[in-house]
Amino acid sequence: MERFEYASPVSRKEAVGLLAETWGETEILAGGTDVLSRMKDYVSTPKRLVSLKRIKDLKGVHYAPGHGLRIGSMATLREIKVNTYVQRYYPALVDTANLIRSQQLHSMGTIGGSLLQRPRCWYYRLGYGLLAQYEGKSLPPEGDNRYHAILGNSGPAYFTSPSTFAPILIALEARVELLGPSGSRTIPLEKLFTTPTKTGEREHTLHPNEIVTEILVPPAGGIRSAVHEIRQKEGLDWALTAAAVALHMKDNTVRSARVVLGQVAPVPWDSQEAAHALVGKTLSEQVAEAAGKAAVSEATPLSMNGYKVQLTRVAVKRAVLQAAKGGA
Amino acid sequence: MASCKYAWPPVGHRGLIGQSISRIDGPAKSSGRAKYTYDVKLPGMLYGACLRSAYAHAKITAVDTSAAAKMPGVKGIRVIQGVGKEIQWAGDEIVEVAATTEQAAQDAVRAIKVEYQQLPFFVNEANLQKDQAASRTKPASELKVGDPDKAFAEDGVVIHEGHYGVPVITHCCLEAHGHATEWTGPKNLRTHSSTQGVSALPMQFAEALNIPSANVEVICQYMGGGFGSKFQMDRWGQYTALLAKDTGKPVKYLLERAAEQEVAGCRPSGFARVKVAARKDGTLTAWESECWGTGGPGPSGILPIPYVLDIPNRIRRHTFVSTNIGPSRAWRAPNHPQSCLLTMAPLDDLAAKLNMDPLELLMKNAHLAPENLGKVYREELQKAAELAEWSKLWHPRGEKTSGHLKRGLGVSFHTWGGRGHVSNCLFSIEPDGSVVAELGSQDLGTGTRTVIAVVAADTLGLPVGAVTVKIGDSRYPYDGPSGGSTTVGGVSASTRRAAVDARDSLFAAVAPALGVPADQLVAVGGTIQAKNDPTKRLSWKQACAKLGGRKIQTTGKNPGECMLGSSGVGGVTAADVSVDVETGLVRINRMVAVQDCGLIIDMKTAKSQCYGALIMGIGYSLFEEKIMDNITGRMLNPNMEFYKLCSLPDIGELVVHMMTGPGYDERGVIGLGEPPVISPGAAISNAVANAIGVRVPTLPITPEKVLAALAKGGVA
Repeated sequence: MERFEYASPVSRKEAVGLLAETWGETEILAGGTDVLSRMKDYVSTPKRLVSLKRIKDLKGVHYAPGHGLRIGSMATLREIKVNTYVQRYYPALVDTANLIRSQQLHSMGTIGGSLLQRPRCWYYRLGYGLLAQYEGKSLPPEGDNRYHAILGNSGPAYFTSPSTFAPILIALEARVELLGPSGSRTIPLEKLFTTPTKTGEREHTLHPNEIVTEILVPPAGGIRSAVHEIRQKEGLDWALTAAAVALHMKDNTVRSARVVLGQVAPVPWDSQEAAHALVGKTLSEQVAEAAGKAAVSEATPLSMNGYKVQLTRVAVKRAVLQAAKGGA
Repeated sequence: MASCKYAWPPVGHRGLIGQSISRIDGPAKSSGRAKYTYDVKLPGMLYGACLRSAYAHAKITAVDTSAAAKMPGVKGIRVIQGVGKEIQWAGDEIVEVAATTEQAAQDAVRAIKVEYQQLPFFVNEANLQKDQAASRTKPASELKVGDPDKAFAEDGVVIHEGHYGVPVITHCCLEAHGHATEWTGPKNLRTHSSTQGVSALPMQFAEALNIPSANVEVICQYMGGGFGSKFQMDRWGQYTALLAKDTGKPVKYLLERAAEQEVAGCRPSGFARVKVAARKDGTLTAWESECWGTGGPGPSGILPIPYVLDIPNRIRRHTFVSTNIGPSRAWRAPNHPQSCLLTMAPLDDLAAKLNMDPLELLMKNAHLAPENLGKVYREELQKAAELAEWSKLWHPRGEKTSGHLKRGLGVSFHTWGGRGHVSNCLFSIEPDGSVVAELGSQDLGTGTRTVIAVVAADTLGLPVGAVTVKIGDSRYPYDGPSGGSTTVGGVSASTRRAAVDARDSLFAAVAPALGVPADQLVAVGGTIQAKNDPTKRLSWKQACAKLGGRKIQTTGKNPGECMLGSSGVGGVTAADVSVDVETGLVRINRMVAVQDCGLIIDMKTAKSQCYGALIMGIGYSLFEEKIMDNITGRMLNPNMEFYKLCSLPDIGELVVHMMTGPGYDERGVIGLGEPPVISPGAAISNAVANAIGVRVPTLPITPEKVLAALAKGGVA
């Protein structure tokens, strides 16, 4: 890795002050499970690494009736998984943590890091840049795109959003609190993600000198939620596709729905089509199937990833059926 | 046979041989006390790093190391391939540097400027027409037996034609290739090397460095995996030694993970169009195959298909395809796993066309196997069928029950040689009772150290812990490299011969004291006693004390007197899988390995070889592939993230049965490392076809390929 300066602030404000105004100058260290390997591979070469580990008020998982869940961005996946309130009111978050089949990642990985980790596109990771350019060409469309995007992939971004937690948190209408030099702002979680359109842009709307401080999840009463991931390996592996579903029920009818897909687009993909297919319906195998179909109705697979369309259809169907069975 | 003094003890007289004995180095390994090459840290040691080609095919037009040479901590730089050299694969070595820290070495590598003239490259060979269009093919061989044309034309034969394939995979040694090397004199080299050939490596270093072979000491006490890829000093080994010479300091360089995956060896691919015929009763009559594969820029092995079964009328053609993917190396049972799939999958498809149980088809044709293997296969097929619950779980192709999970069974068999290699054991019994066996062998993690201890201890009637085994150093007597499953046969025979001679010398020394003729003594239960009068006895220590201050030292050799081993094993693998026809995901329910390997020295380490082979087999069946990019010429998965290996939840239940007893034990010791890894690919592929009713023609069997196959037919 390149030489870098290590900063270890003790307050949120101090941390923000240590971050540069432009991308590339500084990076944030949370659990370190992604950024350190990027640095070792020279994919990220910050001049300063700002650790958030010593900032006490970024930790913890808190629940208040009527307000919901407040997760500090530095809370580890394990802290979330073992939290009594999470287990009682947000079982889909526990299921989500369990999709990550690694004790090490549970121990070290943080919720903030899960949301802000960078894509796994192999061209990006081999050093061809986030938009995977080579001799003036975009690599994924003509190269090996078996793991690339099937939605939102009109270019130049073809990578997929890797976050395991973003889809379910978006489905649960989570908001994120960000802190920058001019104070804090709170945005719906889906607004944290964006599809870059040119070199130099990132897939997050976070400003280079902002940090994620908290994730706020509204009360989940009356919501049925579930996640379903299709992984090639049963053990630790990236999902080929993933679906998160949150259904607001009235009696047996779906009043409103969020269906959010992971690993299929440069951002967590909020499928209006799938949600629309569910609203006003009584849940059944057929309705779930229809939601799956709707989720991929706009899919535009590349040369080698057509199979992900079928997998996504199935993931949505299964997530809906699982939500129908469980939740409160 | 029984008259030979070295012969293995018969049933009832084996103290330890054939028992399940834990590895004697298990505690050292599991506690971290065992030091691998990676752990070696020598005083003043420098760290190596390599600049590697970013291009798959290119000519070097300029190399400038001047900036790197001025960097802090940089002590040595050696250009490996300079201006004018043509690079044939991405990742090939261009410059190696040595510096005071790993970081300094890597910084220096990044400061070296190399200019290339890029040349056309070719990295994907699965499509033969494209290979030919790119002028990358070279016809390699044709073999014809009988009259295939006539046999295919025979009235009433059932013919199956299909396309099958196994891609290039890599070894994925958890410990990378590499060395920690120091000069102990102007022409004396000591190197800690992660190697499968402690005794063979000195000659390679000597030749490359122009020093006497006897001046080279190679040490490898513990080894983190080789699988056939670690027989060579390698160019980085030579340059690490040269940099140590240049700098006057020890230098360590083990490959980074990406380099390990890109350049430290691949298993050649094998693809084939196959046509095979049988009579309606299942009798195989004819075979025709057009086969191709790549082993990188050079030729790969010719795949011996049809595998194992000498179908009376057969013709095969093989074509080499040259590619810029990095060179091939032996991979656990070279050529066999590919040949096995390219044979056993079409036979399974033919069985389906004949409406026959494939197990029955294999039983019926097992006599086509060479020598005595037909009988062995029938016994092993029967055992595997029993353990896999074949009669209860097998169904004709395509599970007809509703639901998206389809279960299926598949089976395959294989063979391997495994004759013991050249081995020399220097054996000592000390007056204080210590027992030491010294061999210039190595333990790849297979249990070699333990097997030597078991043979010695069994021969002397001592517990395993009473024997000190010294291996992993070229100063010990010459021993063969560990390849081709030859080690256990070699070291067990040489150790047995040495231990018997040493024991007999001890008998002679204590006979007068016991008042019993030496040939009437036995070593059992930690004593030397009269065969017919256990009251006439000395404890081991008392007996050794009679040596009068002189130690007994013997040498045992292999090959040598008495038949202690042979070669040629059979083995059967059965797979039980479930396939999700909506997602194409394959999950292993159970794998059954039934394997013979003659006389088993240690049942536990033998079974461990089979468990490991099944896990490795599941890996290459479902996950592994060296994915090469047509645009950049790079390997896209030079890591363990997208180069996927099994993790624990992926392996299902593993059942291993070793064939032992009459018919097996008297064959002596035969190697086992390779055979059980051969059949899993075919067995799993056949099980998937049985589950879903259609063949997924190539490995690995990914969700994408399962869905594509189902789109053409099958149960979905």
